[in-house]
Amino acid sequence: MYLRLIKKLQNIINRISPILAISMILILWQTLSATGSIPKFMLPSPIDVVNAFLKDFTLLMQHAGTTLMEAFLGLSLGVLLGFLVAVLMDRHEIAYKAIYPVLVITQTVPTVAIAPLLVLWQGYGITPKITLIVITSFFPITIGLLDGFKSSDQDALNLMKAMGASNFQRFIHIKLPSSLGYFFAGLRISASYSIIGAVVAEWLGGFSGLGVYMTRVRKSFSFDKMFAVIFFISMISLLLMLLVSLLQRVLMPWEKEKLKRENSRRGKKK
Amino acid sequence: MENLTARDITVSFDGVKIIDNISIELNKGEIVCLLGVSGAGKTTLFNVISGLLTPDNGTVELDSEVITGKAGKVSYMLQKDLLLPFKTILDNVSLPLIIRGMKKRIARETATKYFKEFGLEGTQKKYPSQLSGGMRQRAALLRTYLFSDKVALLDEPFSALDTITKGNMHDWYLEVMEQIKLSTLFITHDIDEAIHLSDRIYIMTGKPGRITEEIMVKEPKPRNKDFIVSKEFVEYKKQILKVLEQEAAV
Repeated sequence: MYLRLIKKLQNIINRISPILAISMILILWQTLSATGSIPKFMLPSPIDVVNAFLKDFTLLMQHAGTTLMEAFLGLSLGVLLGFLVAVLMDRHEIAYKAIYPVLVITQTVPTVAIAPLLVLWQGYGITPKITLIVITSFFPITIGLLDGFKSSDQDALNLMKAMGASNFQRFIHIKLPSSLGYFFAGLRISASYSIIGAVVAEWLGGFSGLGVYMTRVRKSFSFDKMFAVIFFISMISLLLMLLVSLLQRVLMPWEKEKLKRENSRRGKKK
Repeated sequence: MENLTARDITVSFDGVKIIDNISIELNKGEIVCLLGVSGAGKTTLFNVISGLLTPDNGTVELDSEVITGKAGKVSYMLQKDLLLPFKTILDNVSLPLIIRGMKKRIARETATKYFKEFGLEGTQKKYPSQLSGGMRQRAALLRTYLFSDKVALLDEPFSALDTITKGNMHDWYLEVMEQIKLSTLFITHDIDEAIHLSDRIYIMTGKPGRITEEIMVKEPKPRNKDFIVSKEFVEYKKQILKVLEQEAAV
């Protein structure tokens, strides 16, 4: 009885510890700016930031709409391209050997460095933003899918072959579902990359979007708004990652069953 | 009467003979066992019969049709159940039907009919990870059967199970076989299992793999549990051990 109480308490502490840590940081921050240890124009207090966010709420939402639209289009194209490249590389050994180094090289080029080039080539419209997002987001997808395809059970593939399955059937029934877990791991990364990519591209020129908003408030030295938009962007990234996790849970129901079993086993051990 | 015939099969890898001039036959409705030590080339022979491997020499015929090197004619089951973790049991077992071009809905309906007979009732919507090893092997056998009701090749189908589950599976297996009459060729290195289940036993020795003896198990079917502790059973076992010992001495 007593032991169980302790266990419960530990459980609660485990769960609220991240919330506690964040609150501590916020309190420290608030006191630092309230006591004037750091000048207010340089580091606005958390309350100022929240106020700035609320004041500019409608404007922020409009800009967020643009950014999300770009991110969505770029990510969709990136996923599509990533998928096609992964399938091609899985299907033909020569494609794998030829493309893999190129893929790695594209990842070593910093986003911030190619963004200005893209703007010069493609103007201030939506195109350079989408291009940048495609470049950054398709890599995790391709690599994830490739690892996933490779992870398929070789014996199961052989069995399917013995049953007379075509390459396409083996792909649909074994390779594709085997790779879903890896795909979603890649998609979680790509989703947050897509927002960052959009914002970086918007810094360099554009008519609306959170990156454009950021540049404007920076030029007017509105630190509170700067902070507000930074937090807003990370919030959006977190939400997107959550959305991907939800999607994964819906599309991979068998994982849920496995998890349930594992949890119940762990529970029994206790 | 003959269903499956493999004639003069020879396979070598990198100049080393793995199996040497093996001929076996399987009659309709028969359960025939390939018994032998590990490395005798039993699985290689299976790969040839299933069409995954083309032999250097020899032919495989199914109902007088030459199927050497042609996959998709006889069904195959391994020690690992190889049920796909992301498909429900129903979708797993109906997969061979879908591969053959049947519509998903009809394939599911067809497969569902057999669940009771195979003792799998209630597992349709479960995932393989939710089933015990024995139940998974049952599902794997049903999938094998749905793939081809002519000839099944079972490669050590029960060897991954514990002894008690294995015993239960043997009883279940013989019972199901009585009903579906699936001609089966199975591999094992378990002498008791071979005598208990088979109508005929080929003893295979290495290396290179060849058939050294053919033994008929005349005990009528259905066989009950008493058979495995009977005098006849022990006689069969003695006979097999003798052959294996002689081979080891050579």
